[in-house]
Amino acid sequence: MQLLSSLTDGLLLGFVYGVAAMGLTLIWGVMTVINLAHGPVIALGMFGTYLLFTHLGLNPYLALVPVAFMGLIAGFIIYGTAVHRVINAPHLSSLLATFAVNMIIIGLGTAIFSTSPQNIDFPLGSMEIGFLTIPYTRLLATLGAVLFTAALYLFLYFTRPGKAIRAVANNRRAAELMGIPSSQVLALSFGLGTMLAAVAGGLIATFFPFTILSGGPYELKSFVICVLGGLGNPLGALLGGLILGGLEGLIPAFMPVSWVPVVEFGLFVLVLLVKPSGLLGAK
Amino acid sequence: MKSWKVYAVVLLTILGLLLPAAPSVFAAEKTVVIGYTASRTGKLNVEGMRQINGLSLWIDQVNAAGGVKLPDGTVVKFAAKDYDDESKKERVQELYTKLISTDKADFLISPYSSGLADAAAVIAQQYNKIMITAGAASDSTYKKGFTLVYQAYTPASRYLTGALDLLGKLDPSAKKVAIIHEKDKFSTDVVNALKAYGETKGYQIALFEGYDSGATDFAPFINKIPPDTQAVMGGGHFADTSTFAKQLFEKGVKAKMVALLVAPPEPKFAELGDAALGVIGASQWQPEAKYSEDAAKKAGVEWFGTSVADFDKTYKAKFKEEPSYHSAGGYVAGLIIEYAIKKSGSTDTAKVKEVLDGMNLMTFYGHLKFDNTPKAHGLQVGHEMVYTQWQKKDGKLVNQIVWPEAAQTAKAINYFPR
Repeated sequence: MQLLSSLTDGLLLGFVYGVAAMGLTLIWGVMTVINLAHGPVIALGMFGTYLLFTHLGLNPYLALVPVAFMGLIAGFIIYGTAVHRVINAPHLSSLLATFAVNMIIIGLGTAIFSTSPQNIDFPLGSMEIGFLTIPYTRLLATLGAVLFTAALYLFLYFTRPGKAIRAVANNRRAAELMGIPSSQVLALSFGLGTMLAAVAGGLIATFFPFTILSGGPYELKSFVICVLGGLGNPLGALLGGLILGGLEGLIPAFMPVSWVPVVEFGLFVLVLLVKPSGLLGAK
Repeated sequence: MKSWKVYAVVLLTILGLLLPAAPSVFAAEKTVVIGYTASRTGKLNVEGMRQINGLSLWIDQVNAAGGVKLPDGTVVKFAAKDYDDESKKERVQELYTKLISTDKADFLISPYSSGLADAAAVIAQQYNKIMITAGAASDSTYKKGFTLVYQAYTPASRYLTGALDLLGKLDPSAKKVAIIHEKDKFSTDVVNALKAYGETKGYQIALFEGYDSGATDFAPFINKIPPDTQAVMGGGHFADTSTFAKQLFEKGVKAKMVALLVAPPEPKFAELGDAALGVIGASQWQPEAKYSEDAAKKAGVEWFGTSVADFDKTYKAKFKEEPSYHSAGGYVAGLIIEYAIKKSGSTDTAKVKEVLDGMNLMTFYGHLKFDNTPKAHGLQVGHEMVYTQWQKKDGKLVNQIVWPEAAQTAKAINYFPR
């Protein structure tokens, strides 16, 4: 009984982790950039939803749409200012560039919002199925995560820009030779990646309190998930998110909760040793 | 001509002799700097802000009343010097050193929380400055051999034990208690004492687990609470404990009693709405407290300072909010310094310390007395806790005192069934 309710909680959270990780893995898959500004963008998504809810009275779930749009724009700006010039330089350059963006966002965020915890006060009650009690906020977050994943999938497989992204991810040189404007595609991919991060942040903000520093733990989880599911594979990221969420639910049933990161990161090392390309491999 | 000069000399001599005897006309004024760091930002900002509100109210009032007059005629006025510690331990030691060396603070008030106060205590002792700790209940700080650190709060070891006594009254058949707590210094001290006390009372501690400071997801812990548990206790500080209370409600926990640290006595806790209903909190002070000059007389201890009603009224007028025990704690920390300076007639550390060591006092905040043995110097031994519970009155959430029985404003109700 406890096992089942823990597993449900974990899996529901896993979907949201999956969305956050998809953003990271998309950017890596298309342009082999490790985006260290991922965490702060998640936090910006949280604050975006919070501000729209508290100041404009917008339903936090509807607020996800403008938050997603702002995430996309933020991605274009970050790409244009910090990433584009170092895209062909060694990995360390883009790593440091995104780290600088990370520090700038955290610094500005701390100055504007301070590091006091904020909370979106939008209680929806809970659903009871037998002995399971699931808060509606988590169910809706899961639904949101599934919708965004489906939209991403449709975009990547059934639209021209989506196909262009996949082509550039596959072989940038060949795609350029076919007339695909790779700079624009790279900017779009980066924008989509940060959009997913912002959406994940918005979803998390509906059930957990947050500060400008709250993106950090989700960024770390995203790395584990990406490696688990296969770097560069969005579907793998969702699967990885579910596995991680499930583990977070199951581990506490057998040992103290403080052991969760030990097992999680142990798994991270194990996957790197045994199957470095991840469960679904890189596409 | 000569006689005129003689008269002038005699007159001047008499005037010269009279001058020192007229201090009220030519009194020197001295400004005593009270130094502290405040958690204006970070996870402790709710409690931290209340504490500094209380303290700044005391400074306003003592200065408006003309300060403290010393026997040598000096009038002591008070000025505050503070920095934001961002609720971070790393910042505290650096800032307290600055307060003492650069800002020349004469007396110190601790930052909010046991962890931060413990870090500050080391600096206070090192620089020979008296520090009154407010919002720092952990016992262990006072067992480290410090001689200049004095605690205004009831210590952690006596913080939640009363809730177990209340449980015994509420449900004599209760056997199982789950304890989920923040893994910081204060909360760990509280729950260790609670666990030991519970076991001596015959309770089975069905779950005993800690969460990291800053935790936001409590579902893994809540899922581990055995279904037949009668009471859930623990928590930590405001931010995490209010999230914990919210998730206990969302997950439909069916315990008869939920008793948590720090957050429930705060008026802001009511913002949780239905999730706050039935939650019991341990409070250092409540506005309904019955401490008075008469009560002091009956108890045979000295009375000092403002009355409960006056504190409540002036605080509300100044800050447009209800005072909580964190506010009262900030005020009383200043009041203790005022009392000790007045009684010793000096601002000298050694003389003020002597008064504090022997102090046995009743204030609006309750009874105050410090342990003066080397084993636990500065530990609060006089002050007692009260337990509050959020109940509905005319459809509105109100915080009632439910324990001890002598101070009750309402009888305790079950958390579940509601």
